[in-house]
Amino acid sequence: MSDLEALHTLIHAELNSFIQKSTLAYGELTIEIAPEHIREVAFILRDRPELDFKLLVDVCGVDYLHYGLSEWETNAATEKGFERGVDMSAMQHPHLTRPRFGVVYHLLSLNKNHRIRIRAALEETHLKINTVTDIWPAANWFEREAFDLFGIEFVGHPDLRRLLTDYGFIGHPFRKDFPLIGNVEVRYDAKLRRVIYDPVSIEPRILEPKVIRNDNRYQE
Amino acid sequence: MEKLPEIRNYTFNFGPQHPAAHGVLRLILEVDGETIVRADPHIGLLHRATEKLAESKPYNHTIGYMDRLDYVSMMCNEHGYVLAIEKLLGVTPPIRAQYIRVMFDEITRILNHLLWLGAHALDIGAMSMFLYCFREREDLLDCYEAASGARMHATYYRPGGVYRDLPDKMPQYKPSIWHNAKEVAKLNENRQGSLLDFIWDFTNRFPTRVDEYETLLTDNRIWKQRTVNIGVISPERAIALGFTGPMLRACGVEWDLRRKQPYEVYDQLDFKIPIGLRGDTYSRYLVRIEEMRQSNHIIRQCVEWLRKNPGPVIINNQKIAPPSRVTMKKSMEAMIHHFKLMTEGYALPEGEAYAAIEHPKGEFGVYLVSDGANKPYRLKIRAAGFPHLAAFEELVKGHMISDVVTVISSIDIVFGEIDR
Repeated sequence: MSDLEALHTLIHAELNSFIQKSTLAYGELTIEIAPEHIREVAFILRDRPELDFKLLVDVCGVDYLHYGLSEWETNAATEKGFERGVDMSAMQHPHLTRPRFGVVYHLLSLNKNHRIRIRAALEETHLKINTVTDIWPAANWFEREAFDLFGIEFVGHPDLRRLLTDYGFIGHPFRKDFPLIGNVEVRYDAKLRRVIYDPVSIEPRILEPKVIRNDNRYQE
Repeated sequence: MEKLPEIRNYTFNFGPQHPAAHGVLRLILEVDGETIVRADPHIGLLHRATEKLAESKPYNHTIGYMDRLDYVSMMCNEHGYVLAIEKLLGVTPPIRAQYIRVMFDEITRILNHLLWLGAHALDIGAMSMFLYCFREREDLLDCYEAASGARMHATYYRPGGVYRDLPDKMPQYKPSIWHNAKEVAKLNENRQGSLLDFIWDFTNRFPTRVDEYETLLTDNRIWKQRTVNIGVISPERAIALGFTGPMLRACGVEWDLRRKQPYEVYDQLDFKIPIGLRGDTYSRYLVRIEEMRQSNHIIRQCVEWLRKNPGPVIINNQKIAPPSRVTMKKSMEAMIHHFKLMTEGYALPEGEAYAAIEHPKGEFGVYLVSDGANKPYRLKIRAAGFPHLAAFEELVKGHMISDVVTVISSIDIVFGEIDR
């Protein structure tokens, strides 16, 4: 782990003005930066020979809308009886203390054999970040995927189209407020003699609720 | 002088239901005569939102979905997923479980490369390879079945170990209306002992089989004409495009997570990392052939170790791993643990982790964000084949239409993992 701490020190020396927060956890280094600095940071990480992050492993979006919310009450429910299910409508517009979205980059250096994670937090009202496609060409499809699934716009991307969803798909399915069952279903209409879209005919349900237990199990 | 006719570029669809598209890939190809000018892969026809499904289920329920990602290297996908969970939980599986995992990872690598070799040769026109490769795959799928109960979708790995120990008795064929007792006795010849004996017998045979494949292909003039200098990529460009695994090693970059960032017991095993020279389709073929031989070598080391060292195969922490059925019938504590694990699962501490393994196709990574609940808050699967297919246009530009098929199969894509 001393290598990781050395990298941590080095990153701080090189990127100090850009770093909002850095974390060393589970043998991994995470730095958080402002989205407007992504390109400067990317150039430094790739081109400084002692950092040498030549390989972009992954880019993905994260939606923190329901972060820390559970579907099952564990603390204050016994007085009310057996009903512990949490009303989902209360979870529709929770008060978020952090920006709703994030873009997470995973980088790898083949020569130095180290990894780093970069996170840029994005507000829902300004869902834009500059592309890194020209810095790491590998970002091309990863950014298209994040655009498709989360609606994050990568400014300057040469070909920002949907990647995984259907042609003409509406919405961004990996957002937490997009239902797991979707909004439409397809069927063949014998009269029109083509495949058409209908609103979904099934009801969403929770089989195993999401539970967060504050039993301090992991606190030493 | 006679005026030449005007020739325009022609755009057409390749797939989505093309046998050489290795699944549901729609390619929009623009050709000038027979030369590819532009290739635009349209993916997502097999998109099942595995990552979003995982967010709605307790951790252990998703292990089975991992098999269905890259459905020709099932246990390797599970391995990446359970490693990420173990990283956040801070648990290490018992040493025997680690050897079992490594052995099955390498069995999976051979399974994957055999399917790749058969399909690749079939795409290029060598029909018989497919049959030979599937003959060997059959034995390995029997190993899967003996250990996990399923031939493909094993769901065998668990956070903290593997589901159960290897069986002492290899399942045998029974006489039927198609096979009489004499034929069955012959089929069961190498199934008299344990699973490890069966695997050992396989590893004795397998190098000769690989020699046979090589006799058919490696120096074959047609094979070389179809693969040498097709889909060439330089090492620098391959790194920039995010290539990993055999695709990167074929360019001459010696990068293998099993050696560079060892997980489980790979640092205690002896194996070599084959690399290619030219970064073309032929180099990728040679690299994968040699990887099969190296995997065979690793499996033999694991079998030897596993024979000598019995022991537990899953951790004895019943907050994570369920108690045995026997204790469950006797102990109240064990029954409560079982009930809680099956209905609610276990919660992971808040945090995020990325675990990567050397998957047969490249780096398979799982990025897990946990908010302290019994379900992943966000699960991102970094599929190994995804950046490879993204670079498809670069690999195929300037080649002939017939080379499109060669290049697709040389990058070894499976849409289960690319579309997820």
